[in-house]
Amino acid sequence: MKDIILKAENISKQYRLGQVGTGTLSHDLNRWWHRIRGKEDPYLRIGDTNDRSTKGTSDYVWALQDINFEVERGEVLGIIGKNGAGKSTLLKILSKVTAPTTGSIKSRGRIASLLEVGTGFNGEMTGRENIFLNGAILGMTKKEITSKLDEIIEFSGCERYIDTPVKRYSSGMTVRLAFAVAAFLEPEILVIDEVLAVGDAEFQKKAIGKMQDISRGEGRTVLFVSHNMAAVKSLCTKGVVMEYGKIKLISDIEHAVSYYLSGDSEIINQKVFTNGYEKDEFKLEKISIKNKGKDIEEPLSENDEIELTTIITLKDNQADRYHITYHLYNEMGEALFSFSNESNKLKYGKNELTCLFPASFFQSGQYFLSFFFIVDRRDALFIEKDILSFNIVDGSRDLGVFMGREPGYIKPKFNWILKNN
Amino acid sequence: MNHIDNTKDWLFEITPKNKFFSLNFKEIWQYRDLLMLFVKRDIITVYKQTVLGPLWYLIQPLFTSITFTIIFNNVAGIKTGTIPPFLFNLAGIMVWNYFTSCLSGTSDSFKSNAGIFGKVYFPRIITPLSIVISNLIKFGIQFGIFIFFYLFFYFQGADLSLNGSILLFPLVIAFMGILGLGLGMIISSMVTKYRDLNNLVSFGIQLLMYISAVMYPMELIKEKLPKFGWIVQYNPLAYVIETSRYMLLGIGNISILGLVYTMVLTIVVFFVGLLIFNRTEKSFIDTV
Repeated sequence: MKDIILKAENISKQYRLGQVGTGTLSHDLNRWWHRIRGKEDPYLRIGDTNDRSTKGTSDYVWALQDINFEVERGEVLGIIGKNGAGKSTLLKILSKVTAPTTGSIKSRGRIASLLEVGTGFNGEMTGRENIFLNGAILGMTKKEITSKLDEIIEFSGCERYIDTPVKRYSSGMTVRLAFAVAAFLEPEILVIDEVLAVGDAEFQKKAIGKMQDISRGEGRTVLFVSHNMAAVKSLCTKGVVMEYGKIKLISDIEHAVSYYLSGDSEIINQKVFTNGYEKDEFKLEKISIKNKGKDIEEPLSENDEIELTTIITLKDNQADRYHITYHLYNEMGEALFSFSNESNKLKYGKNELTCLFPASFFQSGQYFLSFFFIVDRRDALFIEKDILSFNIVDGSRDLGVFMGREPGYIKPKFNWILKNN
Repeated sequence: MNHIDNTKDWLFEITPKNKFFSLNFKEIWQYRDLLMLFVKRDIITVYKQTVLGPLWYLIQPLFTSITFTIIFNNVAGIKTGTIPPFLFNLAGIMVWNYFTSCLSGTSDSFKSNAGIFGKVYFPRIITPLSIVISNLIKFGIQFGIFIFFYLFFYFQGADLSLNGSILLFPLVIAFMGILGLGLGMIISSMVTKYRDLNNLVSFGIQLLMYISAVMYPMELIKEKLPKFGWIVQYNPLAYVIETSRYMLLGIGNISILGLVYTMVLTIVVFFVGLLIFNRTEKSFIDTV
């Protein structure tokens, strides 16, 4: 039996582009004139898809269009999409900050939103006073806050400063305090937007851990928007992919994230070569890269083994004189390392060479491969810079662990020797 | 377990438009702690990092009264009867200040709180309400200084006598607050779209003071400017100030008709304000 706690039906939201100023009065009057005659709002019909990069024909735009979804009790729903896909607008409607233009949202529980931590903080007031003020703004009563005050202060780690005006705090401390207040909210439905982007690694870990408790331990329903795919994958059970104000996909989180990432990237994970890549000695046919045992369309994940496959036909009988070398560059254009098949001799005819990178070898990021065709281990007969580029995405991680990005680009697994006396 | 499909058991529903008139008292009551915390914030942040602290609440009306006494009574020669001119001015300014601080405070409630309103939901009416309440506390402090000077002049031998009407003084103040709140709500709702009103409020209040019988008795304007006396006579604020001066100092007279007119107008303004405010609060964040 499904226990639906939140239901959105045909939610749409229209915005007017350009300056709000002159013209609003005449549009207002026109609207009102239509309304008293019992006609439809003349400005509701126009407006096209919300693609910020293309030029539209209308001054009105749909930030959200026909959004329908249901959330079950205890579900953690991740909402993902590019900038301007309408995620924040949706959260704003859910948290009653703004009303939808059409449609309705029905809820069986109190909704509290964390669209930005520290809302309503007053610099002149002390940390303690701000805990009360912020808590009350978020919908807690004074009694609730008083009963949790010690926990909040402890969680924030700002005990020493608690009676100092907040304007004297460092920005990190302000955020810690603000998140601490929010973390002790007890609504049935919690709406969270990008709060993980703040604080140091230690605090992020703490914040994610707390959110895990909220969603898993206490069985609360959470709606979560973030660009941190590692965090989304780890926390959420279900995903909603949005694009240009519409819902593209609702599915389990793994699928949703890979759908979003593959739709997003212009990086093609394989390249089939034609004329330009044929010389007297060889013909380069195809280079492809994918997660081992998975489909080529899936985004490359840091958690999977990754296969780089090169298909090359040798036309020279002395095939073992040749080998191929790749140079790997990061997105900054810095060379990371080179690798080649020197030890595995090529054969005459068609060769399919696969290089296997271990799982968790690459860190998330974009990489570029340069291709070299070498003769006699000395001369490069053919060089192609940036022959293939690929993106590695964050995989799902254990809850409570660091969700950010470690420094560097590769994460080799070395042998560690432990001597225990 | 069929209750799931029953649409009637939703806790609440978010829809495009509010009902024509909705004031959710239950919800406001739930947020009463927030109301009080806002009041506390308004009061304490004013004198944080100041040397004189809450004394500033007293300095402003005192110095204004002194200035008015010198200019209007000593230089211009406005007569205040047996009442010391300073006390006459202080009473008027005190009541007038309460109205203007309510009006200017609430008329800004959407714009200056856009940051909070854009992030989190609570009944928006809490903000203007908190302003009216914190100004009431401010008024209370100023009323204390009025009593001090009242007693001072009384023991100096000024002809001061209390009458029974003083018991209705809180009611007059309440109406002043409600009128300020109502007007403020109307203006704050319109300001979100048309910023022009902001400019109007700041200098409009100054001009309004001159036609509200703050520094002269209402009688005087009828006597000196019979042609334009009606401007003051149709101004509900003038009645409130005249009446409160009558209640406090026994000067001037009470016009029952004028008071009824004021009360009716106040109630109308308040409900219109509430209505507009209600309509605005749902979507103002898109236009502010």
